[in-house]
Formats: sequence, C-alpha cells, structure tokens
Amino acid sequence: MTVAMEKPEKTEKPEPTGPDGPATSVRRVSRRTAVAAILVVWLLLFAVLRGRQTLDLAAADLTDLHRWFNDANDSIGANRNSNPLFLYFFNEIRLVIDTLVTFVQELISQPSAGRPLPQIGWLGVVGIAGFVSWAVGNWRVALLAVAGFTFMGLQGLWQESMDTLALTLSAVFVALLFAIPLGVWAGLSDRFNRIVTPFLDFMQTMPTFVYLAPLTLFFLIGPASATIATMIYAAPPAIRITAHAIRSVPETTVEAADSLGATRRQSLLKVLLPMSKRTVVMGVNQTIMAALAMVTIAALIDAPGLGKTVIQALQSLDVGTAFNAGLAIVVMAIVLDRVTTAASAREETARRSGGRFLKWRRPLLGAGAVVTAVLVYMSHTYVWAAEFPGEAGLGSSIARGADTATTWAQDNLSGLTNAFRDALTNGLLNPFQTLLTDSPWWLVGVALIGLGAVLGGWRAGVTAAVCVGLLVGTGVWSDAMTTLASTVVATVLVMVLGVVFGVWMGRSLLVDRILRPTLDAAQVMPPFVYLVPFLALFGATRFTAIVAAIVYAAPVATKIIADGVRAVPAATVEAATSAGCSTWQLITKVQLPMARGALTLATNQGLIYVLSMVVVGGLVGAGALGYDVVAGFSQGQLYGKGLAAGLAIVLLGVMFDRITQAAARRVSA
Amino acid sequence: MTTQTEVSQRRGTDSGSTPVISVRRLWKVFGPKADQVPDSEELRGLARRELMDRTGCTAAVRDVHFDVSPGEVFVVMGLSGSGKSTLVRCLTRLIEPTAGEIVFEGENIREADDKRLRELRRSKFSMVFQHFGLLPHRRVVDNVSFGLEIRGMGRAERTKRALEVVELVGLEGYENSFPDQLSGGMQQRVGLARALAGNPDVLFFDEPFSALDPLIRRDMQNEVIRLHHEVGKTMVFITHDLSEALKLGDRILIMRDGKMVQCGTGDELVGAPADDYVREFVKDVPRGDVLTLRWIMRPLKDGDALDGPEMGPDVVVREATRAVLAADKPVKVVENGKLLGIVGDDEILAVVAGQDGDV
Repeated sequence: MTVAMEKPEKTEKPEPTGPDGPATSVRRVSRRTAVAAILVVWLLLFAVLRGRQTLDLAAADLTDLHRWFNDANDSIGANRNSNPLFLYFFNEIRLVIDTLVTFVQELISQPSAGRPLPQIGWLGVVGIAGFVSWAVGNWRVALLAVAGFTFMGLQGLWQESMDTLALTLSAVFVALLFAIPLGVWAGLSDRFNRIVTPFLDFMQTMPTFVYLAPLTLFFLIGPASATIATMIYAAPPAIRITAHAIRSVPETTVEAADSLGATRRQSLLKVLLPMSKRTVVMGVNQTIMAALAMVTIAALIDAPGLGKTVIQALQSLDVGTAFNAGLAIVVMAIVLDRVTTAASAREETARRSGGRFLKWRRPLLGAGAVVTAVLVYMSHTYVWAAEFPGEAGLGSSIARGADTATTWAQDNLSGLTNAFRDALTNGLLNPFQTLLTDSPWWLVGVALIGLGAVLGGWRAGVTAAVCVGLLVGTGVWSDAMTTLASTVVATVLVMVLGVVFGVWMGRSLLVDRILRPTLDAAQVMPPFVYLVPFLALFGATRFTAIVAAIVYAAPVATKIIADGVRAVPAATVEAATSAGCSTWQLITKVQLPMARGALTLATNQGLIYVLSMVVVGGLVGAGALGYDVVAGFSQGQLYGKGLAAGLAIVLLGVMFDRITQAAARRVSA
Repeated sequence: MTTQTEVSQRRGTDSGSTPVISVRRLWKVFGPKADQVPDSEELRGLARRELMDRTGCTAAVRDVHFDVSPGEVFVVMGLSGSGKSTLVRCLTRLIEPTAGEIVFEGENIREADDKRLRELRRSKFSMVFQHFGLLPHRRVVDNVSFGLEIRGMGRAERTKRALEVVELVGLEGYENSFPDQLSGGMQQRVGLARALAGNPDVLFFDEPFSALDPLIRRDMQNEVIRLHHEVGKTMVFITHDLSEALKLGDRILIMRDGKMVQCGTGDELVGAPADDYVREFVKDVPRGDVLTLRWIMRPLKDGDALDGPEMGPDVVVREATRAVLAADKPVKVVENGKLLGIVGDDEILAVVAGQDGDV
C-alpha cells in the first residue's frame, strides 16, 4: 500500500526539470517500474488475502442506500400530483413533451382520434421522406430514403419504424430548439463557453444507459421520458458543434463587418450564422444519429418502436426477430445519416453548379411539393395507401434466414466459436475478473488510485480516489468490478485491433480509402444492433457483450490511431528510412512512439465506448451492473439497486475518462 | 520624369490644410489594470520586458502622435510586433485605445458613443484587411455591397453602386463569382472595392498585400497608386515592407516596440535616419531611387563654374544622373530662383556607386 502511494510522488518529481532528454527517459522508466510495482504488490497481497472483504452482494440483496432510493421513488410516486415542484414543473414538462410526441405519433404511426390508422399513411410518409431528402440533399439520397422506408414497410415493421422515427424527430426538434441558441451563445461568449464545456464533456462521457434511470424518477416510464432522455443525450453535440462553428468564423471577417459599422445583430445574422451554417448542419447530423441510438435504447423504459422489438426478441433469445428489427434500425440509421450528410455537402455543390440548374430548381421543387401533397392526401383517404400492404413476407423470410444461419452456425461452428470463447474467457477474462472481485476492496481501490496517479498525475489520482470511495458507497462494488474486468479486457482487445488496423491504414492510403467508409458507417449504428449477430454466434453470455463491445469500439480507436500515424511528419519517416530502418523498426521506433498522444486518446475513447456497450450487454446475460440497471427498470424492489448501478457506471466512466485524458495530455505535452 | 512630377504633386498636399486625422499621446496597453500605465510617470518609461514583469501588461502602442493631411498617403511601418496593426485598429476603435486623443475632422473619436461610432464607420472610414475578411457565402457583388446593405440601402441602388466600384477596381466579369473562386490578388481587389463602395473619407489598409505573392503585390501597389490618383482619398497604410512604404507613402511613420521612431518623407528617412534602428532598416534601399538632389548637393565653393544647367532640389538622384554626368559643368540646384547648392559628378557617383556619402 505504501509502495503504491509513494511511487507517484517520486515519478512526479522530475516534472519541473523540463523536457530535456535524460530527465524524460528517467521519468518514463520509473513510471513503467511504478506500474509494474503496483501490479506485483497487488498480486502478492491478492494471494494472501484472497476472498476477504470483497463486498459481495447477492442479486436480490439490497443495501441501505438502495432501500433509501426505493423509498424516495415510492414517495415521489405517491406525491407526484401534490408536490408543487412536480405539479408545476416536471409534470408540465412531461405534458408538453407528451403532447408533442403524441401529435407526431398520430401523424405517422399511431391510430388517431376516430381513425383506425394514423393521419398520414405509408405512401404519404414515403413521399414526404423522398421530397424532403431531395430538397435538402440530392436526388440520390431521395431514392435511398424512398427505398429505405419502403424496405422497412416490407419487413413488416412499418408502425414500429414510424414510432422510432416519431420519437427521434420529436426529440431532435426539441433538442435543436435549445441546442442551437445555446451553441450560438457559447460561440459568442467566452464565459458561457467555459461554463458549459465541462457539462458537455461530462454528458458525452456517460454511457447512454445511465440517463434513463434518474429520468424515470421524475417523468415516469414511457415515451415522454424516452424523448427527454434522448433530447438530453442528443443536444450536447449540437451545442458543441454550433459553438465551434461560430468560433471558427475567421476573426478578420467579423472585424471587417465591424469596420463597416455592422451592429451586433447584423454581424450575427449576416456574417456569423450564414458562415457557420454548413458546420451546424453537421451538428444536426450528429444530433439525429445520437437521438436514434438513444431512442432504440430507451425501449428499456417502455419507449415504443424498433428498439422495443429488438429488446423483447433479445430477452427471449429470438435471434431472427431481433435481426429483422435490428436491420430496420440500421436501414433507418443509414437513411438519416446519408440525407443529413448530403444536406451539409449541398451548401458547397449548389453554389458551384451555377445558375443554369438553379433556374429549374424552384419550379421542380414546386412540382415535387404538389406530388407529395397528392400522395399525402391519398394516404389519408384510401386504406391501400395508408396501411402498408402485403403480409410482411420479406420480414419473416429475413427472420427465418437469420434463424437458419444461427442454427447452422451453432451446429457447425460451435466447436470453433466455443473454443474461441472458452480460450478468451478462461485465459484472460476469468483470471482478471477473479483478481478484481476476490481481492479485498481496499486493495483494488488503492491499486486503482495508484495506477491513476502514476498514469495521469496527482489530479487523476484524486479523482480516482473519490470515484473509488463513491463506488464503495453505491453498494454494488462487486458488480462494478465484474464490469470493470469485462471493460478492461475488451479495451485491451480493441487496442490490439486498433493498433494493427490503425497502423495499416496510417501507412497505406489505399487501405485507408477502403476501410474508412466502413468504419464511418459502423460508427453511426446504434450500439445494440451489434449484439444481435454475436448473440447468434456465442449465445447469451458476457462474452457476447464483450465481442459486441469490441466491434463497437474498434472503429473509433482505429480511426484515431490511423490519424495519429498519418500525422507523423513525412520528413521524419524519410529520415528514419534513409538511416536504414526496417519496416518493423519504422513502426515501433518512429511511428508508434510519435503517435503516443493518439494512442492514449484512442484508449480513452475505446474505454468509454466499450463501457457503454458492456453495460447494454446486461440484456444478453452479461450480468453485473448492466443487469442491475435492466432489472431495476422492470422490478420495483430492485429499482434502488438499479439506480445505484447506474451511478456506479457513471463513476467508472468518469474515472476512466479522467485518468486517460490526463495521461493523453501528459503524453502529448 | 513622371516620378518627379508625381512626387512633387504629392508633396504639395501635406502642407497648409488642417489635418483629417490628428493623433495625440495615443496609448494601447493590454493586460490587467492597463489604464494605469499611461498615467504613471514611472511605468511609462519601462521597457517591454520590465513592464511585463512589473504589471503583467504589454504596451502595444506607446505615446504615438501624428497628423494625416487630406489626400495624403500616410504609411505606418514596422516589423511584426511593433504595434502597427494595433495602432490602425485604435484609430477606428476596433480596438479600444487606453489613453490619448484621436481627432477626426474636428471630432474626438474616443468620445463617440456606439451609435455615432457606427455612423462614422458606415460613412467616413473603411478598412482593407490582410486576410481579406470576405464572406464566402456571398457573391463578389454582394460582398462589395455589404457595407451599403448594413447602412440600410435598397437592393437595386446598392447593386448599382457595387457594380460601379467592381469596375473601378478592375473586376468586371467576376461580379457573380464566389470569393473562393478568385485568386488572392483578386480577392483583395474585392476587399478594396468593398472599402471604396461606401465612398469613405479615409481608407485604412492593414498590411493588405502581405499575403500576396511578389508580382501580384506589385500590381496591387500600382492599383492603389492609380486609385489614389482617381479618387484622391486620404489613406493610412500599414506595412512591414520598406520598399512598399517608400513606393506608396507621402510620409512614413516607423514604429518599434509600440513607440514611434521617426516620422517623415522617404528621402528624410534615408537621408537623415533618426537612429541606428532606422539606419539599419534603410541600409539596403537603393539610395539613388529615394534621395533627391537636396540631400547630396554641396555648398558653393570658390572656383565653381556657375554656368551649368539648373535643376530643382526635389529631383530624384536616379533621374538626374544622366543629365549631371552629361554636363561639362556642375549642375546648379535652384528653388524659386534661389541657388541652394551644386551637384557635380563626384556627388552623383558617390550615391550611384553605393558609397555611404556623408550627408
């Protein structure tokens, strides 16, 4: 213990001596030694103290904190309609959001007053989707939108898709209503920017999941809560990008407007906003993608739509149905992403294409609007245009196909997949998990604090200490350690993949050009569609969650590392080559060391992505914190424990984030 | 000969009339409690480094004063960090000065409120920037009319005016292009047109051509000279390029570390540098191109032949070289019928051959 506490101070000492050669090398050696020392001491003490003070808690056991949460939940439930805070604040918000969501749902997805069908049927929605995509983007994405929406109908998931769309659009609408003005404000005012940035950082670090539990406390379970959670999750990127866009307008341009006597209002409306438009549209893209990801996960708190279908199918291990609905989510993600990306690219292309095309654009748009209106009218009036025709034959054949593939895989590949799974589980995951869960809590805590301090500096050490303390307080220490084990193992594998592919991409433009679009596409998918195929291969185990997490997090890490390797100056590489470096030497002695900052940043992102996925994995038998949260939603007496588990996830996230961020800053400084 | 007439013509403007801009004791200090520095007898005298250590402040402009006459091209020259860009921004209060007085056409600009200041910026001043500051989402003609739009002028009227100015700066045919479709030089022409569109009394140029390559830069300098002839605006021109300063400026103010080192015409700077800093600066200037006969003539001595040709004192040496060398007798320098001195082969050759003549 003392060793662990002393080491960091020793390593910090050379800091002020500056970046001269010898001091740096001394520090790096001693930092590495310190990490090794901490691990060795931990292992030794583990051997002696194994199984004592592990703070183990059985699945149905509760601590006082959990009971207190339960009581709080009950009392809020009882006083919901009498407490003025709820009566005049939370309930009002819920009412407004609920009205908005219901309105949109009645337009496109749910039967509305006196009609067995929504106001606008499938033909109208497809027409609107095509027209809007064409108007804001181009005819190619319009075709894609029409094809995508029709495909969802053919899958037999029209209503579910429209529910998801309705929730996403409502949440995005409300989010942008707040986010864009806030973003403009943050762009204009340094002080406001300084205030919101830590909040935005914090909000974006959190796994999607954890927003849900506290919100249900205030807004009940249902579409309104889901929309609010989605809104909160989706707003930060829009705020951040809007502020960034406003800030990156060249200073000279603003100054030029000032020098011509523009008022603040004029320079905002005529200079800043038009010049940031394109970037802001990119922010809208990110907001929509984040909203879609969250809406599908919000099915856990009873949000209607595709997510619900997937979750129900996952819980009953019905791979075929889950695959079908997951595919619909993927299609919707692709359509929304392509359309908004085309919209942001449009600014440029429209300007270049010149007057000839622009002259025709207006009448064509008018004609398109008329056609769309006719389609909407028809879908409002005729049943065939309102209710998606056909028996969803495509959907059931997709589900059957997926089932067949699953069965085949389980019959024929089980030897292979099981061997792989068992090797990883027994060789890596189990020993590590045992080390974490069977060590006394204080030993793990001290080791974490020590590692935090060595890798990230004393500030990160303090954060780690606070997080460890609070983690113990949540009463789910043991579950948190299980989750931690899965997260760390998955992150290590992510980094292995990331380094291999990242270096390959960084060194070869061709590979980069081939892989990058795939990685980009993989990144926009809502996280839990990744669970479906691995559920088919590996069954319901925590291993499924880990593999899904690796696949989910690897694209981000790979891209960051590839950019880092690419950023190594060509002159340095040339110099090393001319000194006679082999390719291997070039990578290990020049490119990777110079991309250190990128590697650390990739670890940071990898950890956060993996954490959010490992937790979602609670749905498919990953257990631990994720399971606690899911169980908390469905069983009243476990509500408090679920909330505490959500809190524990936040604490793990903050701890990872602070330590790796600090390490990244230190490394790149 | 053209240069000679041009020079004398330009010289003629800077005497007699009341100044357009008159700057007195101007200070700009950045940092905490900046306004204490100009008032404190002790702090005013500190060098840059000491001031930083003592107060955490940087004085970008220190106690600067000058007058700009109507129609004059007034150049402020200095290396980067000398405070010249801050100075020009203080003149229109794009940067708020810390202390001092800026009088424009009899009105103290520092006392103007926001509304008045905007009015002045809309109608009296305009500025051309180093990095153009164009609006990428607007066509050339809309960029040029931007200032007019801000004033509230109607579309038809401002477009008409913008098209006139576009033609004046030689951009006809590019009215409907977007700025990023133009070369750097052409983009700066748009910036120039935008500044001219509002028909201001004074044009400020903040290193407008530093970002352009040398050939384009020369074109643009000639363009400014041409425009100055055609529209006759008062211009305040910031540059770090001595040859640009000498080419454009009627008078030149040299700045260093926020202080003014010397203010005078080009031949004064070259002929009588105020200190070693200026001397080092002007060392490589071809002296024959800048100095006039006034600077190299010698007093009359006994035995000088007085029947040589006559020339004015403001003739540039380079222009006079051939005539002096061709004449058998020394040339008499005469102003208003009065004999000031004489110039012989020796004096001319000392300058042309690059020797540092004792002037």
